[in-house]
Amino acid sequence: MDFNLTEDRQMLADTLGRFLGEQYPVEHRIKVAYDAPYHDPALWDQLVELGALYALAPEDAGGMGGTGFDISVVFEALGKTLCPEPVLGALMASRLLAAAGADLEALLTGATKYAVGITEIDAPYELDQIATVATAKGDGFALSGRKSTVYGGQVADVVLVAAKHGDGLGVFAVQAADANVTGYGMMDGGGAAEVLLDDTPATLVMANAEAALEDALNAGIVALCAEAVGAMDVAHWTTVEYFKQRKQFGVPIGKFQVLQHRAVDMLTEIEQARSIVIKAAAELGGDDAAKYASMAKNMIGRAARLVAEESIQMHGGIAMTWEYAVSHYAKRLIMLDAQLGDTDYHLSQVMKGYAA
Amino acid sequence: MDLSYSAEDLAFRDEVRAYLAENLPKHMTDAVRAGGELTKEVIEEWHAILNRRGWLATIWPKEFGGPGWTPVQKHIFEEECCRAYAPRIVPFGLNMLGPVLITFGSKEQQEHYLPRILDGTDWWCQGYSEPGAGSDLASLKTKAERDGDEWVINGQKTWTTLGQHADWIFCLCRTDPDAKQQEGISFILVDMNTPGIEVRPIKLIEGGYEVNEIFFTDVRVPVGNLVGQENKGWTIAKFLLTHERTGIAGVGFSIQALEEVKSIARKTMRGGRPLIDDPLFAARIAQAEIDLEAMKITNLRMLFKAQEQGAPGPETSLLKIKGTVINQELKDLARRALGPAAAPFPGHVTEGNLMFGPPDTEHNAARYFNNRKTSIFGGSNEIQRNIVTKTMLEL
Ligand SMILES: Cc1cc2nc3c(=O)[nH]c(=O)nc-3n(C[C@H](O)[C@H](O)[C@H](O)COP(=O)(O)OP(=O)(O)OC[C@H]3O[C@@H](n4cnc5c(N)ncnc54)[C@H](O)[C@@H]3O)c2cc1C
Repeated sequence: MDFNLTEDRQMLADTLGRFLGEQYPVEHRIKVAYDAPYHDPALWDQLVELGALYALAPEDAGGMGGTGFDISVVFEALGKTLCPEPVLGALMASRLLAAAGADLEALLTGATKYAVGITEIDAPYELDQIATVATAKGDGFALSGRKSTVYGGQVADVVLVAAKHGDGLGVFAVQAADANVTGYGMMDGGGAAEVLLDDTPATLVMANAEAALEDALNAGIVALCAEAVGAMDVAHWTTVEYFKQRKQFGVPIGKFQVLQHRAVDMLTEIEQARSIVIKAAAELGGDDAAKYASMAKNMIGRAARLVAEESIQMHGGIAMTWEYAVSHYAKRLIMLDAQLGDTDYHLSQVMKGYAA
Repeated sequence: MDLSYSAEDLAFRDEVRAYLAENLPKHMTDAVRAGGELTKEVIEEWHAILNRRGWLATIWPKEFGGPGWTPVQKHIFEEECCRAYAPRIVPFGLNMLGPVLITFGSKEQQEHYLPRILDGTDWWCQGYSEPGAGSDLASLKTKAERDGDEWVINGQKTWTTLGQHADWIFCLCRTDPDAKQQEGISFILVDMNTPGIEVRPIKLIEGGYEVNEIFFTDVRVPVGNLVGQENKGWTIAKFLLTHERTGIAGVGFSIQALEEVKSIARKTMRGGRPLIDDPLFAARIAQAEIDLEAMKITNLRMLFKAQEQGAPGPETSLLKIKGTVINQELKDLARRALGPAAAPFPGHVTEGNLMFGPPDTEHNAARYFNNRKTSIFGGSNEIQRNIVTKTMLEL
């Protein structure tokens, strides 16, 4: 047994950590995350240059990684700095393109920005409820429907859209310029888009894409969970640090046992969360990937809410302010529950496994 | 035991309902439902409407312009206001300073300030907290020094809610630096237009502006602005903090929040059916509703006790703790019910067919985050527990 990162991954973690720590101080993050285009294009370019995207794709698809652990390492580092760059879309798109045997070069070099459109208003998490339809048209296809909260969609060149195709689901590439895309900023920083498709031209990337979509979702979940672990770490240790500095009643508030024990409870939940994410990362790509992704996302939803709410509460008023970084960590931790399936959705997925 | 309202209470409830149906303008209920910040104008307009009926200063005695209601009537009134989506009363003048002046103020102070609170001439804010004095309010440093007929005030207050609209601020200031912590503090009224006052807004977690920092540099106010005795302001501070406050459990707001969660869950689809039909989510709502149902009775039991025995005691701390937790849980459920539709920053995607989710949900996540304040301010829930530990458990 060995819970250490391989040398390569440790190097990646260190490099990314250092880069983000230097180039992406939280003040800068807060500024870019809430102003159109809701990320920093220059930093995106640098992230790409560092090879962050290559780390997300398997070697046979032109990448240099792509395992659950590669994904975790990258996203934990992003989570620590609350990085709002549209990396999740790139990750999920790279899985879909790789599964289709398509060329990843434009994605990996950062030349083309991808987002993935699965979510719909009436089907936020469930593939079998997708209503967007594809019909054959000329040499290609036309799509109709609405894709909701497409993360990174506000700056995407191409959106990979899941749509009904024959009896199953296909994945189609839509040029953002051809669709009706409304970009916006989000509560927790970063951007997304509503993508309205009305007989919009599209090219087929993959027919019968259920398994590929599942895999992309599982990879996305591992990524979000690792991001949450990174963000929880920072929120928790910032709170503990504040315990030592903030004095009330003549003592540092960290001397109050009631706060101490709650910080310990947070730490326990974070370690539990870290463990289940390691498990989900290990299973990614395997037969039980979905089950462990669901377990991880459920636990992350619970732990992240606890850490977010407790960090605010135990800081007192200061963490209610925009200026204090913990408020932004809390927002990200709370809002990522609604991405790719929330706590309850994934709890019910685990429960479904019990049916005889 | 009889859990039902008396015939008089029911008649009173009908009277309140009828009045609200007649007099509460739709533009206000729309604004409250939408959940964003209310403008100063809307709040003042609502205060004026209630004042016309004599229902504004609900906790003042009759001789000072209050309606002379029993605690149960006050509760019914608040519950009906919440049900009708009326704006919240801004409490600083009406529910905080008013009772202080009535109990500790001079006749002149009462005659001068109270009518101006009622008719909206003066908007008040509360200057208690300081950067170094939050839970430990008695460690406050802002000082007021006597210079002839004036107090000269220097220091900084923070977290001043709606101070940007205020004409006046009531402050706790240190008037005897040599006295023990709780001693040597005085309660002083300050006109916000006095030279030397600077108000700086603080942006909150959800992007709104409701609190401020206030800086005092050689601010001179007449000695007559002292309320009660010099150096005895702590008594007033404590009176204000533990003073009988109706609605501390926020039952009305939680009833409103419960209704909203259900409404969202009926309109949101999950797995091809309305979310409210999902057993997991329905169970979460049911759990919160059960807690709320118990809270309604706990609240009434404490009101009843207050009615029988005079002002309630430290049980109000229990009401505050549980009431805020229930309300926060309901706000969390509403946000979760919306799922990804709660993601946009308020104001970003609301037009035409790009309206997300059910109507009136645009500020949902923002409200969830903003509402975290309720377990922090007015004495944090931790401080409330300390109070209960001392007073009820006698530990
Ligand atoms: C939105 C908002 C509006 C406000 N409006 C006003 C206003 O209008 N006027 C005004 O004067 N003030 C206002 N306040 C201030 C509010 O009353 C204080 O924030 C509150 O008293 C907590 O103080 P603090 O923020 O300094 O936290 P701290 O006192 O620093 O507390 C930090 C943490 O330590 C805990 N803690 C502290 N002491 C103990 C202890 N002995 N035992 C256990 N735990 C402890 C606290 O519960 C909290 O979790 C407002 C605050 C907010 C957030």
